[in-house]
Amino acid sequence: MKKAVITVVGHDTVGIIASVCTYLAEQNVNILDISQTIVNGYFNMMMIADVTEPKSGFSDLVTGLDGIGKKVGVAIHCQREDIFDLMHRV
Amino acid sequence: MINMKEVIETNEMIEKENLDVRTITLGISLIDCIDPDVDRLCQKIRNKIESRAEKLVKTGEDIEKEFGIPIVNKRISVTPIGLIGSSACSKTSDFVKIAAALEEAAENVGVNFIGGYSALVSKGMTKGEETLIRSIPEALSSTQRVMSSVNAGSTRTGINMDAVRLMGDVICETSAKTADNDSIGCTKLVVLCNAPDDNPFMAGAFHGVTEADEIINVGVSGPGVVKTALTKVRGKDFETLCETVKKTAFKVTRVGQLVALEASKRLDIPFGIVDLSLAPTPAVGDSVADILKEMGLEQPGAPGTTAALALLNDQVKKGGVMASSYVGGLSGAFIPVSEDRGMIDAVKAGALTIEKLEAMTCVCSVGLDMIAVPGDTKPETVAGIIADEMAIGMVNNKTTAVRIIPVAGRKVGDMAQFGGLLGFAPIMKVNGFSCDEFVNRKGRIPAPIHSFKN
Repeated sequence: MKKAVITVVGHDTVGIIASVCTYLAEQNVNILDISQTIVNGYFNMMMIADVTEPKSGFSDLVTGLDGIGKKVGVAIHCQREDIFDLMHRV
Repeated sequence: MINMKEVIETNEMIEKENLDVRTITLGISLIDCIDPDVDRLCQKIRNKIESRAEKLVKTGEDIEKEFGIPIVNKRISVTPIGLIGSSACSKTSDFVKIAAALEEAAENVGVNFIGGYSALVSKGMTKGEETLIRSIPEALSSTQRVMSSVNAGSTRTGINMDAVRLMGDVICETSAKTADNDSIGCTKLVVLCNAPDDNPFMAGAFHGVTEADEIINVGVSGPGVVKTALTKVRGKDFETLCETVKKTAFKVTRVGQLVALEASKRLDIPFGIVDLSLAPTPAVGDSVADILKEMGLEQPGAPGTTAALALLNDQVKKGGVMASSYVGGLSGAFIPVSEDRGMIDAVKAGALTIEKLEAMTCVCSVGLDMIAVPGDTKPETVAGIIADEMAIGMVNNKTTAVRIIPVAGRKVGDMAQFGGLLGFAPIMKVNGFSCDEFVNRKGRIPAPIHSFKN
C-alpha cells in the first residue's frame, strides 16, 4: 500500500472536510486516518490516505487538492508519507 | 504512525526555514565519446548528454511535487574535458568548441549548470590539459551554464605550482573578459586541492575517472533549519548544542537520501552519494553565518568563529552519516561570502577578512569561496592566495578550494552583483605585499610527510 499525508491549514470554514473527502472519493482514494486540531487559531487537519491507485495519477491528485484548497481558502498539501517517516524515524 | 506534530515540523522546515534539496547532479562519463576529430567529438558529447539526461529535469520536478520538497537545481557533471578533449584539441579554440557543445546540451535538457570543463593536474599538466586551462577565459565568457574546475594539488602529490601560477593569470583574464558583468566568469571557476570525484556542487563538480558510466549524486542544504533549531537551545551547554545540530542534520540528510533513491529508481541510474553540505543562499534566513551568530558570536569573524565552525561542521557530519549509507562529495558547512547574507553583512561590518576566512577553511568544507577582491589584484597575488589554500588542503588531508573574483573596475568597499543564487559581494581588501618571486618559481611543492604530526 502506498500512503500519502494530506494536510489542510487555514481559517476554519464550512465544508472543508466535505469538499476534500468528496474529491478523494471521486479519485478512488481511501482515507485511513483523520486528525484535526486548532494551532495558533488556525484550522489544522491531517489525513493519511491510501494512494495506491488514484484514478488520474498521484501528480494530478496533488494538483487537484491544491485547486480545492484555493477554492475553499485553505492550503492543502498532499505528500508521500515516506518523507515524514524517514525524517522522524531512525 | 506519523503524528501531526511531526508533519507540521517538516512542512514548517520547508515553508519557513528554506529546507530544500540543493541539487540532483547526474554524473555522465564521456570516455566513450573520445574522438580525434573535434567536431565529431562535440557531436558525440551532445548526443550522449541529451540522451542520458533527457528525463532528469522532469524527474526532479515530479519528485518535488510528490514529496513536497523543493529541488533547487538539476545539474550534470561530466568526465574532465582535459582528458576527453586532449586527442582532438591542439589549440584553445578547439576546447572552446567543446564548451559550446556542453552549453548547448545543457540548454537542450534544461539543466541549470554543467560541470566538468576541468583538468586534474595535481602533479603535472599534459599538453592537452594546459591548453584546456588556457582556454578557460574564452570558454567561460562565451557560455552561461558551463562550470570549470582545476585540481592543482593533493595530499599524495603535493601542489603543482606551475598550475597555480597559471591559474592566477587565467582567473584575471576571465575577470577581464567578463568585465561588463562584474567579472561573473570567475564565479564559474574554482581551483581545488584534493578534489573529490563525486561532488554534486558547482563549480567544482566533475564526473571522476573512478566513477561508473552514470551516477546520481545529491547535495542537501538547510542552514535555516539548523539555525531555527538552535534558537530553542540558547544559553544551553555544548552537549545540548551539538545534539541539536546533529539531530537536525540527520533530518535534513534523510530528505536528501530519499530524493537520491527516488531519482535513481526513476531514472534507472545508480545512486552514488549524498553530500551533507550546509549550503547557504542569499535569501534571508538561509545563512551559515546566522548559525554562527545563533551559537553566540556577534558576527562571523569574531574570536571563537573557527571553533564554532569546527563544531558545526563536525556535528553536521555526525548526524548526516547516520542518515545515509553513502556519504561523499564535500560534506560540511560552506562559507561562501556572496551567497550568504550573514557573511556579506559581516564583511560590510568589518568583522570578516580574507585572512580569517582562510583560518575558517581549515575546519570546514571547501575554502575561500565567492570572494570578491579589487579588479587590480595582480595575477601573482591571486596565485599566492590559491597556493595558501592548496597548502591547507594538502597538509590537512582535506578538500580545499578557491573561487575568487577580481571584479574588474571595482575597489574595496564597492559591491559586485552576480545575481540569482550567486548573490552579491562587497569587495574585500587583499594583503598588498608581494609574493611574486615565490609564485614565479617553477615546479611543484612536494607532498607533505604524514608522520611527526604537529
